[in-house]
Amino acid sequence: MTWEAVIGIEVHVELSTESKMFCSCEVSFGAEPNTKVCPTCLGLPGALPVPNEKALDSIMAIGLALNCKVAPNSVFHRKNYFYADLPKNYQISQFDVPVCLEGYLDTTVDGETHRVGIERAHMEEDTGKSTHVGEGGRIHAASSTLLDFNRSGVPLVEIVSRPDIHSAAQARSYAQALRGVVAELGVSDARLEEGSIRFDANISIRPEGDDELGTKVEVKNMNSFRSLEQAVDYEIKRQIDLVESGGTVIQETRHWDEEAGVTHSMRTKEGSSDYRYFAEPDLVPMEMGREWVDRIAATLPELPEQRLERYRSAGLEDTLAAVLSGADSPLRGLYEDAVESGADARAAANWVTGEVTAWARRNETETQDLAISGSQLAGLLALIDDGKVSASAAKDVLDGVLLGEGDPAEVAESRDLIQISDSAAIDAVVDEVLQTNPDAVESLRNGEDKVLGFLVGQVMRATRGKADPQLVNATIRERVGSG
Amino acid sequence: MSAQTIAEAQTGLRDGSLTSRMLVEHALKVAADTEAQIHAYLTIDRAGALEAAEKADEDFSRGQDRGPLQGIPVALKDNMVTRGVETTASSQILAGYVPPYDATVVARLRAGGAVIVGKTNLDEFAMGSSTENSAYGPTYNPWDIDRIPGGSSGGSAAAVAAGSAMAALGSDTGGSIRQPASLTGVVGVKPTYGTVSRYGLIAFASSLDQIGPLTRSVEDSALTLEAIWGHDPLDATSFRGEYPALRSRLQEGVEGLKVGVVSELAGEGYEPAVEAQVSGMVDKLAGSGAEIHEVSLPTFDIALSAYYLIAPAEASANLARFDGMRYGLRSAGQTAEEMMSRTRAEGFGPEVIRRILLGTYALSAGYYDAFYGQAQRVRSAIREDFARAYSQVDVLVSPTSPTVAFKAGERTEDPLAMYLSDICTIPCNLSGDPAISVPIGLDGQGLPIGFQVMAPALGEPTMYQVAAAVERLASFEARPNLDLVAS
Repeated sequence: MTWEAVIGIEVHVELSTESKMFCSCEVSFGAEPNTKVCPTCLGLPGALPVPNEKALDSIMAIGLALNCKVAPNSVFHRKNYFYADLPKNYQISQFDVPVCLEGYLDTTVDGETHRVGIERAHMEEDTGKSTHVGEGGRIHAASSTLLDFNRSGVPLVEIVSRPDIHSAAQARSYAQALRGVVAELGVSDARLEEGSIRFDANISIRPEGDDELGTKVEVKNMNSFRSLEQAVDYEIKRQIDLVESGGTVIQETRHWDEEAGVTHSMRTKEGSSDYRYFAEPDLVPMEMGREWVDRIAATLPELPEQRLERYRSAGLEDTLAAVLSGADSPLRGLYEDAVESGADARAAANWVTGEVTAWARRNETETQDLAISGSQLAGLLALIDDGKVSASAAKDVLDGVLLGEGDPAEVAESRDLIQISDSAAIDAVVDEVLQTNPDAVESLRNGEDKVLGFLVGQVMRATRGKADPQLVNATIRERVGSG
Repeated sequence: MSAQTIAEAQTGLRDGSLTSRMLVEHALKVAADTEAQIHAYLTIDRAGALEAAEKADEDFSRGQDRGPLQGIPVALKDNMVTRGVETTASSQILAGYVPPYDATVVARLRAGGAVIVGKTNLDEFAMGSSTENSAYGPTYNPWDIDRIPGGSSGGSAAAVAAGSAMAALGSDTGGSIRQPASLTGVVGVKPTYGTVSRYGLIAFASSLDQIGPLTRSVEDSALTLEAIWGHDPLDATSFRGEYPALRSRLQEGVEGLKVGVVSELAGEGYEPAVEAQVSGMVDKLAGSGAEIHEVSLPTFDIALSAYYLIAPAEASANLARFDGMRYGLRSAGQTAEEMMSRTRAEGFGPEVIRRILLGTYALSAGYYDAFYGQAQRVRSAIREDFARAYSQVDVLVSPTSPTVAFKAGERTEDPLAMYLSDICTIPCNLSGDPAISVPIGLDGQGLPIGFQVMAPALGEPTMYQVAAAVERLASFEARPNLDLVAS
């Protein structure tokens, strides 16, 4: 039997707002434990939450970027469960009226556009952090647990996809695209290794062609895109093997073990947990009016997928468009400015992603510190186009520009890199070379074309590479009469 | 001691005939004489109070005037957190808990120069109507120490009635300020929901809880409320609009005002003396020119049932934080779960556990619609009922409590009978509207009877106007016989 995997991904994005979701404590990663806390995020008796409007700006931006509708009214709910790192023993989250609903994200997998539906994006607060001490950090074997509440109350956006994903590669591609959107918006550090963006996958299998969904397993603890892909792949295979050998998939949460490359059962859900959601009475319903939504929409930057499309339609082939789209923003800016100054899009893209990037790497320079303007790059490309410098000499010109030696024309001049395209000057050098190499001239006359290269090389050497090779070539043939 | 009310003391403090120190020492003396019998307080902050009194007197001598509460001895219900002073909400689970911050009302009292005498007893987490559900023992009624003072703000009510504070703050979730005010012969107000910050009030039921004053006079009540209410950015449910002046219309009388008598709040279960005094007061209001209307609010009959689903549901989540993890009592356990569950089993009293279980059940999957959802629909219907009534009348009146103070122990074995104590007060908590209880007389046993005036949201000026008229018409001047108590 052929099996189809059905995968939905839940993403938790920690927002990088200055203060927490419901109090004014600083959001900071890596601070001394329990120093960024107050009565509200510690759940002290009597403390109350007050929503952070900046966080609501951020979730709206995420929702709009994911083509979601922003609900005109949205409500916070209490999600009730007891856990040591949850100070109030309820999490302020959202239930039936999330801020964002019904969107999608397009990604590219193997050259094809793959659309993943977004069910919802809702706002909630993060929990504190438990560190299990002893025996490999696993809770059951731990000798003690340390609690750090610095993370408690950090604003968190949960983005729930529809089960539109059917392979590990698609899962990875969706996760990467989503991270790209969040990073582009600047609303989160979006660092997987720091946990500021976390992916959980809900995975089930069903016989190909079936409409009914199989029993889903939630897989957690993937700290990189690679481990997400491996975990999904492993879990799909595990479920298929299990069912084909007569077993049944049970609804449970499984933990990805990076080292062993397997998933382990964490806990079995007996039915669904009863979180006894009810509307948070300490908060009033939020009203996201048209004006607010429009204000956020007006601030949205161009998103990776939109940019890719724009590059393609400017004539960049897919690979080049993708490489440029993924480049640092100063490099993309350099490209945009060069094109604005009249440079050819493909040439500009090639130079930005090629030579300029390589120069930055070689010289260990941050891309935002590169001392070249768009019009300088356009000027350099014009020098090549006009035959004033050769492609290889142009790299030298670029080096000079980046070292602050002046505009491309000045650098070409001062570094003596201008091509000799004056035919009288070239004639003289050619004549001299032909006179000193009579044997070669003789061979060429006799049809031995391979010596042409030798003679051109001699001329180039005599001009220290500055002669226009095309012109040299034509002149020699003309003089020798072998044309 | 000549000054009985804050309004009287204000003048003396400013003309130099009185000092804050005198007022505070008197309050402490009353407490010293009566606490063994009444037990209004869980904590008396003698040193802190004397220090604050000295500061207030210094301010007076330098012409620094922070408002009408400067130098006045005030008591706080022990569910409002006080920086550096133990706050337990009368629960074992918070034994020894010293908060690191002041509730907004506490900060406002301090800023206004008030002197905080101590923290008063309550039913654990404000759950009760007699102040018997306290882990630290019950409070008794200064009018008869065999009886309860009502609850849950029974300690605050008893302190004001006895004179160990000139004003006290209580919290009112289903009548917890008004019912004890009625049973101890003082004035108690539940303001419009959202007008007094709940920041720092240990939550019982967040959508119903409201802090308000207990005082000896209507004017004192108005000036105390003026000192504590107002928008607070730390409470997201805090009212942002304009707050009206409360004392400007106290002398205006009731001529031409339309007063509605709630027909549902009478009859079976109401003591004859209570009914007689209340209807006597209605007659006096009519005699002063008020237009009296009989008004029916049929949803009042199901308000109690809705309340006992909504309040416990919210409480079940609000009290989840008391788990031994970060503060308060911690029982031993092999695992975190075991520790939390033992702490809660040992730290909460039986009424609190009953309500947590009730609330947890009401919110559970499969029961939510039938219980919590249905209760919310009743709540909406009650609001509509009130809106209809207020389209016809300016205020609604009723007894505050169907009975006078009952005997200690009389209802402790019968939760339902206890719950009925709040039948007249609960509707205003569900609607969010303000209401006041004013003492109007004594029954044949010498026990006080309270008269409730209800008004639409932010209708406090009219509510106080009518309450002031009721106070004048009642000319209630009786005081509990403290010599009898102290002996």
